[in-house]
Amino acid sequence: MMARYAGFGVIALAALTLLALVPRLGNAYYLALAISLLQYTVLATAWGMFSGPTRYVSLATTAFFGIGAYTVAVLGEVLPWPLVLLIAAAIGAMVAGIVGLSTLRLSGVYFVIFTFGLTELIRQLVVWFEVNKSHVLGRYVFVNITQADIYWQLLALAAAVFLLGWLIARSRLGFALRVIGEDETVAKHCGIDTTFAKLTLFAISATVMTLAGAIMAPRWTYIEPSIAFNPMISFQVLIMALLGGAHRLWGPVLGAVPLTLLFELLSARFPNTFTIILGCIFLVIVYMLPRGVAGLVEKLPMRLRGKKAERVAA
Amino acid sequence: MSGHSATPVLEVDGLRRAFGGLVAVNDLGFAVAQGEIMGLLGPNGSGKTTALNLMSGVLRPDAGAIRLMGRNISGLASYRIARLGLARTFQLVRVLDGMDCRDNVKAGLAFHKPHLPAADAAARIDTLLDRVGLGGQDRRPAADLTYIDRKRLELARALAAKPLLLLLDEWLAGLNPSELTIGIELIRSLKADGITIVLVEHVMNAVRALCDRCVVMSSGRKIAEGATADVLNDAAVVRAYLGGVAADA
Repeated sequence: MMARYAGFGVIALAALTLLALVPRLGNAYYLALAISLLQYTVLATAWGMFSGPTRYVSLATTAFFGIGAYTVAVLGEVLPWPLVLLIAAAIGAMVAGIVGLSTLRLSGVYFVIFTFGLTELIRQLVVWFEVNKSHVLGRYVFVNITQADIYWQLLALAAAVFLLGWLIARSRLGFALRVIGEDETVAKHCGIDTTFAKLTLFAISATVMTLAGAIMAPRWTYIEPSIAFNPMISFQVLIMALLGGAHRLWGPVLGAVPLTLLFELLSARFPNTFTIILGCIFLVIVYMLPRGVAGLVEKLPMRLRGKKAERVAA
Repeated sequence: MSGHSATPVLEVDGLRRAFGGLVAVNDLGFAVAQGEIMGLLGPNGSGKTTALNLMSGVLRPDAGAIRLMGRNISGLASYRIARLGLARTFQLVRVLDGMDCRDNVKAGLAFHKPHLPAADAAARIDTLLDRVGLGGQDRRPAADLTYIDRKRLELARALAAKPLLLLLDEWLAGLNPSELTIGIELIRSLKADGITIVLVEHVMNAVRALCDRCVVMSSGRKIAEGATADVLNDAAVVRAYLGGVAADA
């Protein structure tokens, strides 16, 4: 067992080192693409960390991503960069705590609608504040951060997310979340403080999303609410995580990579019909791959063993 | 047994809960002694399940006290009551279908203090699965189990953390005659271990075979209490069940 972990650790470290060399290729297009890939990998994995085990579908990704981006827009030029990131993470965690306490008792579709509304609420609040209090709408982000810096920070965040997710999955908290996802009533009667468990994971996931937004902010030199709080991010992340399979830590990345590449291609080729195509892709995924690519990968060894397990499942 | 034997494991006093105009549980009171199996009987809609939900924290009482080993648990959240040592099963059996038998039992064990070392927890889980008749099936997915095996698994989960009190909500319902015999023996063996049980049950043979005492409810109120044989022959009880037909029916 230990040897297996050690081997896995070595492979992960080697992959990380190789990925860290991407900016050295000196190709701006590849670097930009790699940043997009990492951004969506981080967001989709963070989304899956909470929504995978609990099966609560959240559309609040944009809200937290936007909070992170806007924190940088406001504080980026005044405070040292690490402190800005720290403050962004703290704001994200705080908002997640407040939102979580008031909504995690909601179930099913009500939670989905609330999280979608939350994004709009925060965007409108920011607009109101900027128009009435700070009298600016749109801010320039002038910080001394290169594209390569953004890439490395995202890579570090991605590594941290996978490590954290792996530790949580092996912890009592991770087991509690799996029980909650199976049957919340049973979970309560097993002695699980379901509100606390869900809130903790929601806050962790939201903090990661907020950090991703903060790290990405310097990529745009100009930020306004409609850029930072673009609801499309929530939907794209949801589709990626579902395509990959949110019930596994490594699932969402299997969706994030192909779909980021596909979205990149589609939005360049078909800018006007992009959202229609997005909707069709979503339908196909839900119908054809209810357990995502991860589900397919899991089934593969069974298929090779003569479809025996398949018959049992049916 | 212990010095605590004078304190009832469960004591319910003046318990009341209304849903709008319907008073589902009205001034209910009883006590369950250490090691006893108490039957909670009554026709459908008499308030048994509501009473169980009040005890296990699914619902908050409008009035009254519920004491577990002398400690008032009335109105506490379900998970707190569970951690204080009250375990339950459900009228419609609930197992965690996406997990194997081992993890189902682990769910009943993992969130109680003190946390056991992994090896001890694994041993306890094996013992429990053996105990309910699922020995050797620990890696089998719960979704593949037959009806009675699901009931067994649910019971093992409820027993995992060695509860002070076990609430069984129609645990024997839906079993065929031979399964029923097995089920009754299983519950009897729990009593032999000194586990205190409140049994909500409609299967009268099981009530006769298992319960030391019974409380009978009708329209939310307690209409009879006493030794099982006496209660089942009580005229008011027979009326409540049979709607006024002759007592010797």
